[in-house]
Amino acid sequence: MILESVEFSRYLTMLTLSVHVVFATVGVGVPLFIMIAHWIGLKREDQHYILMAKRWTRGYVISVAVGVVTGTAIALQLALLWPRFMEFAGQLVALPLFMETFAFFFEAIFLGIYLYTWNRFKNPKHHFYLLVPVVIGGAMSALFITSVNAFMNTPQGFTLLNGELTNIQPLLAMFNPAMPTKVAHVLSSAYMTAAFVLASIAAFHLLRGSRHEYHRKGLSLTMKVGFIFCIATALIGDLSGKFLAEYQPEKLAAAEWHFETKGEAPIILFGVLTETNEVKYAIEIPYALSILVHSNLSGEVTGLNDIPEEYHPPYVIHYFFDIMVSIGIGLTLLSMFYLLALKRNWAIIKTKLFRTFLVLTGPLAMLAIQAGWWFTEVGRQPWIMRGFMKTAEGATDSNYVWVMFIVFAFVYLILMIGTAVVLTRMFRNNPVEYEIDGLSKQEGLGEQRGVTV
Amino acid sequence: MTIEILGISVLWLFLFGYVIVASIDFGAGFFNASTIVTGKHHIVNSVIQRYLSPVWEITNVFLVFFFVGMIGFFPKTAYYFGTVLLIPISISIILLALRGSYYAFGTYGSKGHKGYTLMYGVTGVFIPASLTTALIVSQGGFIKETAKGTIELDYFALFTSPFSWSIVLLSLVSVLYISASFLAYYSSVAEDNGALKLFRKYTWIWSFPTIITALGIIVEMRWHNPSHFEGLLDLWWVFALSTLCFVTSLWYLRKARYGLSFIFVVLQFAFAFYAYGASRYPYLLYPYLTIYDGFTNQTMAISLVIVFVIGLMLLIPSLYLVFKLFIMNKPYIKNQKM
Repeated sequence: MILESVEFSRYLTMLTLSVHVVFATVGVGVPLFIMIAHWIGLKREDQHYILMAKRWTRGYVISVAVGVVTGTAIALQLALLWPRFMEFAGQLVALPLFMETFAFFFEAIFLGIYLYTWNRFKNPKHHFYLLVPVVIGGAMSALFITSVNAFMNTPQGFTLLNGELTNIQPLLAMFNPAMPTKVAHVLSSAYMTAAFVLASIAAFHLLRGSRHEYHRKGLSLTMKVGFIFCIATALIGDLSGKFLAEYQPEKLAAAEWHFETKGEAPIILFGVLTETNEVKYAIEIPYALSILVHSNLSGEVTGLNDIPEEYHPPYVIHYFFDIMVSIGIGLTLLSMFYLLALKRNWAIIKTKLFRTFLVLTGPLAMLAIQAGWWFTEVGRQPWIMRGFMKTAEGATDSNYVWVMFIVFAFVYLILMIGTAVVLTRMFRNNPVEYEIDGLSKQEGLGEQRGVTV
Repeated sequence: MTIEILGISVLWLFLFGYVIVASIDFGAGFFNASTIVTGKHHIVNSVIQRYLSPVWEITNVFLVFFFVGMIGFFPKTAYYFGTVLLIPISISIILLALRGSYYAFGTYGSKGHKGYTLMYGVTGVFIPASLTTALIVSQGGFIKETAKGTIELDYFALFTSPFSWSIVLLSLVSVLYISASFLAYYSSVAEDNGALKLFRKYTWIWSFPTIITALGIIVEMRWHNPSHFEGLLDLWWVFALSTLCFVTSLWYLRKARYGLSFIFVVLQFAFAFYAYGASRYPYLLYPYLTIYDGFTNQTMAISLVIVFVIGLMLLIPSLYLVFKLFIMNKPYIKNQKM
C-alpha cells in the first residue's frame, strides 16, 4: 500500500507542477515584455506599443489567476503528499520558501494596482513604474523557489549527526551549488519562452492575413528579445552541464546514456536503448561531452557503470534532455534567421510556411520547459533530497492519494480548457483593429483614455 | 517572550488577516451570486466588483503566507496535519482553484457570465467549511492511530460530532456577517444607497447567529475538551471585551456610522480570535504537538523573524497604497473620472 502512495504522490506532484509551470513561466516572463512594450510606447509616443502592453496585460491576468491557484495547490500539496520530507526539510529551507511568498505578495499587490490605475496618474511614467515591482517580484519568486529545488539536488548547510540536524546555516542551504545555474537557467528560459509565446500570437495574426503594423511591431520586438534570451539560455545550459558533471554525475550520465567512464566522450543525440544497454540509431557527436564538461577533448566523464545501480536515474531522461536541447537550438537558429532576414529584407519571412514556423515557436518553447523540468526532476530519482532522503521515505502513508490524483487531473483539465476558451474568446471578440480605431477617435478629443482591463 | 510564542503570534496574526480579508471576499462572492437569484444583482454588483477586482489575488497570498510560515516555524506540523488532512485540504485546494479561475474568467474574460458568478459564490461558501476542518482537528479528538502506528483522520467521529458542525456553522455565519458589515461601509463611502440598505440589512441578519454559535461552542467545549474549556474560562474577560465590541458595532450600525461599525466588528473578532488562540496554549495539535516540541531550530527561527521584519517593512507601505487607491479612495469607489 505504501508503495502505491509513493507512486501516486509522485504522479500527482508531477501533474500539478506540469500544469503550474506553464502559468508560472508566463507569469515570470511576460511582465518583462509588458514593461518593454510600455516603455517603448512612452518613449516613442507610439500608441501601438501602449496598446500592446495593455492587451498583453489582459491576457496575462488570466494566466496569473490560474498560476496563483495551481501555485497554492502545489504549496499545500508539498505537505500533504510529502509530510516526512517537509518535516525534515522545513527546518532547512523555510527561509527561501518564506521569502518566496513575500516576493509573490509584491507582485500580486503591484499587478493589481497596475491593472486598475490606467489614467489615474497625471504623469504616465508613474503608472509605468508600477511594473518594476511586478517584474522584480516575479523574478525573485522564481529565484527563491528554484533555490529550494536546487537544495533538494545539492543539499548543504547542515550536519546530520545520528539522525539529528545540527549546525544549520540557512543562507548556505539557500546558496547551494546548484542554485546559481538553476536560477539563471529558469529565468532566462522563462523570458525566452514568454518571448516566443507572444511572438507566436503575433505570427498567428499575420498568418491569418492581418496586415496591421501592430502585429509586425509585436513580432519583431519579441523575436529580438527572444533571440537574446536564446543565447543566454544556451550559455547557461552549458554551465549547467558542467555543474551536473561535478555534482550529479549520475544525472548527466543517464541523460547521455554514458556507461563507460572515459575521456573523449561523445554526446549522443536521439537513438534508442536496447535491453542490454546498447545505444542504437543515435547520432554521435564525438568529443562533445568532454568539451561540454571539461572544455577539452580528452576530459574524463564518469559513466553509469561506476555508479551503484540503485542510484541510477531512469534512463528515459535522455529523451527529455534531447527534446529540450533540440528545441532550444532550433529556436535559436530560427530567431537568428528571422533577425537576419528582417535586416536584409528577405521576402521569405513573409511566406506562409515561415510564419507557420513562427506560430509553432511558443508551443515548442513551452514543451522544452516541460521537458527540461521532467529531465531535472526525474533525473534525481531515487532521491527526494539527494544523498539524504529517498523519495519513498518522504511520502505520505495515506491510502487515498490515488483518489486525489483522479480528482485533481479532472480539475486541471477543466482549468486548462477554461483558460484556453476564455483567452481565445477574449481576443477574438475584441481584435486589435477595433481598439486602434477607438484610439484614433479618442485622440481627436485630445486625450487618450485607458482601456479598462 | 520566547521565540516560539513570537512565532505563533506572528502566524496567528496572518491567520487572522486571512480570516478577515477572505471573509469579505467569500461573503461578497456569496452576496453577488445570491442577488442574481433574488433579482437584486444590479444593486450590489458595482460595489462588489469595484472592491474585489484589485484585491482578490492578495487574499490568496495571505493563506499561503500563513501556511508557509507554519511549516517554517513548526516543521512538525507538516507531518501531522499533512498526513491527516490530505482529503479535506485537497478539497479546499480544488474549491480555491475553481473559485480563483472562475473569478478571473468572469471578470476579465466573459464579463457578466452568470455561470461563473454562481460558481464563484457557491465555492466561496464551501471553502470556509473545508478549511475549518484543520481548526477542528487541531482541537484534538479526531485523529486515530492505525495498527501500523501511523495516524489518520477519524471521519466518522468528525462527521458525527455536533462540535465540529458548530464550528463549520460559526465560520459560515461569521463570513457573511463580516462581509456584510464591510460592504455596508464600502457602499456608504460610494454613496450607493440601494446597496447600503441591503448590506445593512444583511449585517443585522447575520450578527446574532454569529454571536449565538460562538457562545454555543464555548459551552460545547466543556464536554469536548475540558482543559481547553478551563483555558477559555480563564480568559473570560477578553471574550467579554469581544461581546462589548459586538454591541458597540451594532450601535454604530444603527447610528449609520458604518466605518466605525466595521472597525468594531474586526475588533470583536480580533479579541475572540486571540483569546481562543491563547486558551489553546501550548498546543498546536492536541495532545500530540505543542509549540515547543514542534518548533524549528533556533538559527532558522531567527532568520525567519529577520526576514519577516524586513518583509513587513516593504509590505505595509504597499498594502497602504492599495488601501489608499482602492478602499479609501472615494472617486474610485464611486467610479468618477480621476
